[in-house]
Order: sequence, then structure tokens, then C-alpha cells
Amino acid sequence: MASSGSGYDLSPTTFSPDGRIFQVEYASKSVASSGTLIGLKCSDGIVLACEKLLANKMLVPGSNKRINTVSKTSGCAFTGFVSDGRQIVNRAREEASSYLDTYGIPVPPSVLADRLAHYVHYFTLHGALRPFGASMVLGCYEEDMDEASLYMVEPSGQVFKYFGCAAGKGRQGAKTEIEKLDLSTLTVAQGIKEAARIISMLRDDGKDKPMELEISTVAAENNYVHKPCEKSVIAEAEKWAKEQIEEEEDMEEDED
Amino acid sequence: MASLLHPSQTSNPYNLKPGEVSSGTTIMAVPFKGGVVLGADSRVSTGTYVANRASDKIAQLTENIFCCRSGSAADTQALTDYVKFYLQQWEVESGRPATVKVAAHLMRKICYQNKDNLSAGVIVAGWDPVSKGQVYNIPLGGTCIEMKCAIGGSGSTYIYGLTDALYKENMGKQETLDFVKKSISHAMARDGSSGGIIRTCVVTEDGVEREYIPGNKLPYGP
Repeated sequence: MASSGSGYDLSPTTFSPDGRIFQVEYASKSVASSGTLIGLKCSDGIVLACEKLLANKMLVPGSNKRINTVSKTSGCAFTGFVSDGRQIVNRAREEASSYLDTYGIPVPPSVLADRLAHYVHYFTLHGALRPFGASMVLGCYEEDMDEASLYMVEPSGQVFKYFGCAAGKGRQGAKTEIEKLDLSTLTVAQGIKEAARIISMLRDDGKDKPMELEISTVAAENNYVHKPCEKSVIAEAEKWAKEQIEEEEDMEEDED
Repeated sequence: MASLLHPSQTSNPYNLKPGEVSSGTTIMAVPFKGGVVLGADSRVSTGTYVANRASDKIAQLTENIFCCRSGSAADTQALTDYVKFYLQQWEVESGRPATVKVAAHLMRKICYQNKDNLSAGVIVAGWDPVSKGQVYNIPLGGTCIEMKCAIGGSGSTYIYGLTDALYKENMGKQETLDFVKKSISHAMARDGSSGGIIRTCVVTEDGVEREYIPGNKLPYGP
């Protein structure tokens, strides 16, 4: 495992002798142990899917949203500390709204992603502040370029544009599965099902906490308006996912 | 506070501050298939004195977006400088050429928010890869209207009828240029605050062409 910070990990304003900032790395670790989050750039839009771990049986289903609308044509999902994530969402909404007010057009995805990255990074530089313990995946459409884009912002302030990305507990397995998909021909409708399948197969229903699956899209069929998926659509996707997983397990047994 | 007399009832019909210079003007911009044509006269007057008889009222905001200026010269120059500045930053942040829509919106925002202190009528026109040729008229209060044929300035009042009669949809480049030159000539003939030469600017995907017509070669008499 990682070496202990031994004195160089007390503040984000301290480098270690081998050039690392431990506090930022620890922030990423807290993201890495929370619910899986997947983003897919499909041929006709973006799919965002989030494994929402339910702490409590008394939670009302559908509350504590992990996926939020930032502006009409952009949405974001986060994983990690929920309260940290909400702060970034608020900032994203402010940026999008003030951009529209100033320039008269919806904020381009690259600009929004860049501004959020700057914001998140700021918190890794100042002595009295701590880094955000949340990663955020942004799905956003730009009308001028007729392009939907997927970006992920990490606690370090890094941001990249992706075809497919994953964060949280199951990110390694998710990345492998995403790479197997042909995203250039995958439609949003199929993407929803695949995202449900990937998240379901990476869970261990015996050991993990119960989960609620939250999925949203920025899709051509809705004129690229960011829309959370209907419960029925998600339920259907989960059902399909279960069947696919069982089929694969059966096939593995047959191979023996 | 605002005077109780209307400006037209005073000896200062253009509400000029002491020493201020006006571009009592005729400006015009018309989109055509493939781009836009901008046109303007060149007279800058302080009262009856012609301060500059060959000024350039067509200012460049970006490589492919221009604006025609009318009203107080100082106000419109300041506005142009601000919008040019913000557009440059926008292009750097967005990584692509500015669109006419964004330029017009920025201009309108500043005009509207400072409407009490400005006396500026502006026409923003240009070509961008997203929406091709577009023209936005931004008169005194700060409204912003996309138009197929925008005219402005003191001289424009004399050519509303003419432009309505002569304008046709889907004109080509030369036809649109001739239309603009003719209209401005007529305005210059009747408006004392407009005159000098006609400057034109054609913006297309391939670039910008600027030319002028000397005062003795106008399509319609002095």
C-alpha cells in the first residue's frame, strides 16, 4: 500500500520529499471508497449512472440525489463526500448561470469543466482549506458545435475529457468493462442498460450495502436537455442487467 | 436628474455634453448568402462644424466581426474597446472564433446597463462558422434585434422607405453592396450630419474586404 505520510501529510500546503501532496491523495482515497459512478459518451448523447449506497432503510427512495442538473443542457454526478459534492454542484450552477447572463449562450462544456477544475484546485493550495473529497462527472451539450461532451473533475483539480469514465469503488472493473463497449455506435438507450449492468456486476449484494441506482441522460431524443431517467426505465435496465449477469454466470458454468 | 425639456426642444438636439463630438451618421448592415455587408458615411460633427470628414465608423471587434458606430463618438469607441477586450478573452477561453451572437450580446449588455450615461446606437455584424452571416441592431436603449436589413444613425430616418422598397431576400454579394451604397448615398444627400465618403466592409468565410467610395463618385448626388 502507499507509504505513510510521516509528517508530510498534515497539510495540503506541504510537499513530501518525493514530490507528492498527501492530503490531495488522501482526498482521492475517500472518493475511491464510495459508490461507483459511471459516465458514457454514446453516439447520441451522454449517460450518467450512479450507485447510491443507502445508509439506512428509512430513507425515502429518490431523495438525496447524486445526479443534479447544472443548466438546461448539462448535468453532473458526483461520488465521495456528498456534502462536498453538493458544494461543487452549486458552483457549477453559478458558473453556468453567470456565463449565460454575460455571454448570452449556454456555457460550453470545456469552459465549465475548466472553471470547476480551477475551483476544486484552489482548495488544494490554501492552508486553511482542505481538498474536496468528491469527484464529479459532467455531461454537457454545446449547440454551436453540436457535440455532447463528458468530463471528469478529480479532487486534485485535474480534469479530462472522456469517452467513458468511472470513479468510486468499482472504477477499475468499470473501466475494463467500458473499454469493451463500442461507444461510437452505442445509443443512449443501450448505454443506460450497459451502465446498469456494469454497476450491478461489480457489486457484491451479500457484502455491500443496499443501493439505489440513479441514471440520467443528455440525449438527442430530448433535444439534449439533461433529464433524470424514469423509475420504470431504470427498473427495466436493472432487470436486463440481472438477466445478462445470470446468463454470463451460466455460460461460465457450462464452460467447465 | 433628467431635464424636463425634450432634447429636440433645446439647442442641443443630440444631447451632447460640452465639447463632445457626435457621429451624426448613417450606418447600415445587411446579411447576404455567404456573409454580411456593412456600410457607413464618414462625417463627424460638433454642431455645425465637421470635426472629421473621413472618419472610419466601422470598427473591428474580432477577425470576423465588425460594428458600425453612431451617436457619441467617445461612447461608441469606449464600447467597442470593451467588447473587443471581452471577445478576445472569450476566444482564448473557448478555443474557437467568437460568434456574432456573443458579440452582440456583450454589446447589448453594456449598453443596457449603462443606458443612463450612454448615447450610442450600434450595429454588430459579421460572419461566424456557426450561424454564418448575421446582423444585430442595438439602438439607444440597449435592445438587441437580429435583422435582415439594419440601418441606424441620424441619416437612417430618411431612408426607411427606400430600404423597405429596395430590399430583396437572398441577394448576392454585389447586389447587396450596391443596395448599401445606394441607400447610404440617399441618406447623405438629405441628412446634414451625414456626408463625406462611404466606407463599406464585406465579411465572408474567406475574409474581409474593405473599400470606400469618394464623395464625388457616390451613386446618388450630393
